[in-house]
Amino acid sequence: MMGGLLNARWPQRILALPWRMILTISLIGAFAVVVLYSAAGGSMTPWALNHAVRFTIFLGAAILISQVPLRFWLNIAYPLYGVVLVALIGVEVVGGIRGGSQRWLNLGFMQLQPSEFMKLAIILALGRFYHYLPRGYASKLPGIWPPLALIGVPFLLVMTQPDLGTALMIVAGGATMMFLGGLPLKWFLIPGGAGLAALPLVFNMLHEYQKKRVLIFLDPEADPLGAGYHITQSKIAIGSGGLFGKGYLQGSQSHLQYLPEQHTDFVFATMAEEWGLFGGIFLIFAYGIILNWGIRVGLSAKTLFARLVAVGLSMTIFFYVLINSMMVMGLAPVVGIPFPLVSYGGSAMMTVMIAFGLLMGIYRQRDEEHI
Amino acid sequence: MAQDGGNARLFERRAFFLGAIQAGAGVALLGRMAYLSIAEADKYKMAAEDNRVALHLIPPRRGWIVDAAGAAIATNRPAYAVDLIPSLVPDLEAALQRIAAVVPLDPADRARILEEAKDLPPSAALTIADDIGWDAFAALNVELADMAGLQPQRTYVRHYPDGDAFAHVTGYVGRATAEQYKKTKEPLYLVPGFRVGKDGVERSEDAVLRGKAGARRVEVNARGRIVKELDTRIDVPGHNVQLTIDRGLQAFAAARVGNESCSVAVIDVVTGDIKCLLSMPAFDPNVFSNRIPSQLWKDLQADEKKPLLNKTLQGLYVPGSTFKPVTALAALHEGILPTDQVHCSGAYRVGNNTWHCHKRSGHGTVNMRSGIAKSCNVYFYTMARRVGPQAVADMARVLGLEHKFDLPMPVQRAGIIPDPAWKQERYDQKWSVADTLNMAIGQGYVIVNPLQLAVMTARIATGKIVEPRMLAGAPQKAFAPLPVPLDYLEVVRQGMDDVVNGPGGTARASQLNVPGIRMGGKTGTAQVRRISAGFRGGAGVPWKYRDHALFIAFAPVDNPRYAISVVVEHGIGGSKAAAPIAKDVLTYIYDREQAEKRLAGVLEARERARVAAEEALARAAAEAEAARQAALNPGAVSAAPAATPAAGTNRP
Repeated sequence: MMGGLLNARWPQRILALPWRMILTISLIGAFAVVVLYSAAGGSMTPWALNHAVRFTIFLGAAILISQVPLRFWLNIAYPLYGVVLVALIGVEVVGGIRGGSQRWLNLGFMQLQPSEFMKLAIILALGRFYHYLPRGYASKLPGIWPPLALIGVPFLLVMTQPDLGTALMIVAGGATMMFLGGLPLKWFLIPGGAGLAALPLVFNMLHEYQKKRVLIFLDPEADPLGAGYHITQSKIAIGSGGLFGKGYLQGSQSHLQYLPEQHTDFVFATMAEEWGLFGGIFLIFAYGIILNWGIRVGLSAKTLFARLVAVGLSMTIFFYVLINSMMVMGLAPVVGIPFPLVSYGGSAMMTVMIAFGLLMGIYRQRDEEHI
Repeated sequence: MAQDGGNARLFERRAFFLGAIQAGAGVALLGRMAYLSIAEADKYKMAAEDNRVALHLIPPRRGWIVDAAGAAIATNRPAYAVDLIPSLVPDLEAALQRIAAVVPLDPADRARILEEAKDLPPSAALTIADDIGWDAFAALNVELADMAGLQPQRTYVRHYPDGDAFAHVTGYVGRATAEQYKKTKEPLYLVPGFRVGKDGVERSEDAVLRGKAGARRVEVNARGRIVKELDTRIDVPGHNVQLTIDRGLQAFAAARVGNESCSVAVIDVVTGDIKCLLSMPAFDPNVFSNRIPSQLWKDLQADEKKPLLNKTLQGLYVPGSTFKPVTALAALHEGILPTDQVHCSGAYRVGNNTWHCHKRSGHGTVNMRSGIAKSCNVYFYTMARRVGPQAVADMARVLGLEHKFDLPMPVQRAGIIPDPAWKQERYDQKWSVADTLNMAIGQGYVIVNPLQLAVMTARIATGKIVEPRMLAGAPQKAFAPLPVPLDYLEVVRQGMDDVVNGPGGTARASQLNVPGIRMGGKTGTAQVRRISAGFRGGAGVPWKYRDHALFIAFAPVDNPRYAISVVVEHGIGGSKAAAPIAKDVLTYIYDREQAEKRLAGVLEARERARVAAEEALARAAAEAEAARQAALNPGAVSAAPAATPAAGTNRP
């Protein structure tokens, strides 16, 4: 009876899920709840409880997503990209009418940030593009300009929002896909060199507050009480945590509000102050396990779409972790990229959880030769 | 298939490469984090502590200033204030707007706050309002609890129970200036509730009164709000300063003087203790110690009675006849006998010039005693010419004129005792006979301050070089004797006794009504500006051109204990304006009840005069209004205020 049940279709599918990864990601989510409880001064409200509920729902959603056939994702890759692009333009138009910068689209029941979805849509769209690109075309012009256009248009739209962090992540995700798709190395080295040379020009195109952030990143102590405040206070929080931290609920930087955005963009510093270097090692190792798994999933998959998308998603999650960590440790300017699954907020969590669901889906269908 | 395999290998290579980048980045991030939390941990731990813990200095409670009997002249009163740390406020004007809903702030206050906020050191606090009262303090704590940088404070405010009566003795306190802070970098100077002495004893004894600051270690959040008290080191209050002043006496003198522009100095001649050092009118040091309203300051500066000037030490007056005892002593010192006689015909001739005595018909034959009693100019002209100007100047200096005393007061003005060398240097001119004659009767270049007159009187009364002092508790020094034989001094004292008690004395009306106590004195009248001969600055001229009235006295005559000087600016005559005040003040010492009764009478008369003046003013205004109405067309609207006739009635 038991054996019969276990051999049935659904129990088999559930058993086939990558439970070790689900456990790892749940540990990250649980740790986030613990940190947010402290960030609120020892309270489940307003953040910790919401975070826990949201995390549970999104994890369930990710498991459901993992059961969707890859064929479906391949088919909707372009339409999805198109819808998100229209939404991005919609945001621009609404913003243009209302005046000022606009990132959100109010759908009535929730605030939607289309640029967040573009990080996924670009991976899927380019995955599909390379999936169907004839062999050898990746290095030829017909194989180069479409990806560039697919990346460039949303990049420019997001850049004008202006949201430098997300725009950079879209470019990074797209470049990752082109790299994996077989674009010759010279295409990275030459624009890379040119881009480096053009940095001053790009800098001049930035908004005033963005320029300020970059300058302050280069020398945060120049204005410790003014605009360099975020980076300085974040470094103080991390550094003063030491090896083992100040103890749970003992973080003075976060509880006395020296740390700005202690529950969102700077939640890593809030964590590090109370848990020390070991808290950091835990989080970064946990992500290391997941990201490494993501790449191994890609390597083990049989279809190109699955391979490209798996590694691309792993890199997307990696960019979140990298940019946010560099920012809080004073290695990058302040750009609004949260620490995935730990920072309080729905949009980024949704993106990362969808990515995780897709990764689990590819893992489930890794042995399929055809889509 | 080979191409497929090549593609697959390319993908694997590149995927491996990206995986390696991830791993490398992870190691780099952990390395960076380890650098921050291990290598630089100490630095950041200190920075976090610096953030968390703020040291709030507690201004020390200032020592009291008490009188000889221990009665308080300056104390501290608990109060509430509200401070703001501007660097924590995003929009200072909006913040002030919110505060103003609880604590009224007038536009001048706001302008001052915005001005002060400009060059404030970062994280320093600024006083928004002093002494706001409990209700406002409580309301601020409740209603603006969320406002960043707002600090309602319990403080102490300097309190002067007698207000202006001791204003010039105590001085007042105030915020340290930016220059003071720059010079010493004393962090207390930035604490809004802290005050330093600005004048008088408050200033010169500041180091004694100040005490040591306490400190409160508090946990503050990023908005400067105190979250938790950590520990507190309480302040060490400053030491009290005991003065020799008699609070009751000085308060009485202040009431007696009223609104006259007047100074009264009383010295205990045995000890040198200054019992009273009054300069009126004055200012209210209670108001000055908070913040001096600019209009009040302007008004005080413009006031022709000079309420900001401590006249006892800084007011310089031509001593007039009160200087005559100096000339007398100089003569005695040079060997002239008290019995030497001079004939006064009412005039004194030198060459073609004639100097008049104040009595045109002359005093007849006078000796030293009657010369002083009758204040005969001719007698002193004669004596000064006999002994020469240097002898007179030397004696003046021996008696304490042109001298600054060792007192806890920041400013004393020495005045001038002229002599030939001085004139040569000052004006590059030779000393003339006229100079000698002027000096003989205390006119001309001679200027002295009222305390010097009191000290001079004390020295004449005792025959000792009495050194005045204001700080009680200093070891009593034996005073050296004056270089003048005692029996000579006795003659001068007898002359001064006659001024008050003898027949024909100039101050007979001011005899003391205290059994067994007689007062000896000398009146003086000093011209304020030179008016053509024979014309005195009497009641007929505007107030500021009237003569100053001076009176010096000591009592009791037979065993002197107190010396007093009274100078009434523009009081016209020493006997009429100054001597009665001296009489009442000395009466207070010996018979307080009688003095209080006399004071009540004086106050009543003053009130009657005030009411009468007001009525006269109103009457004159009404008459003028009626006159104008008559002159104008009937029914015309009269808009002009009745100001013009008031000016006329001001002149009595």
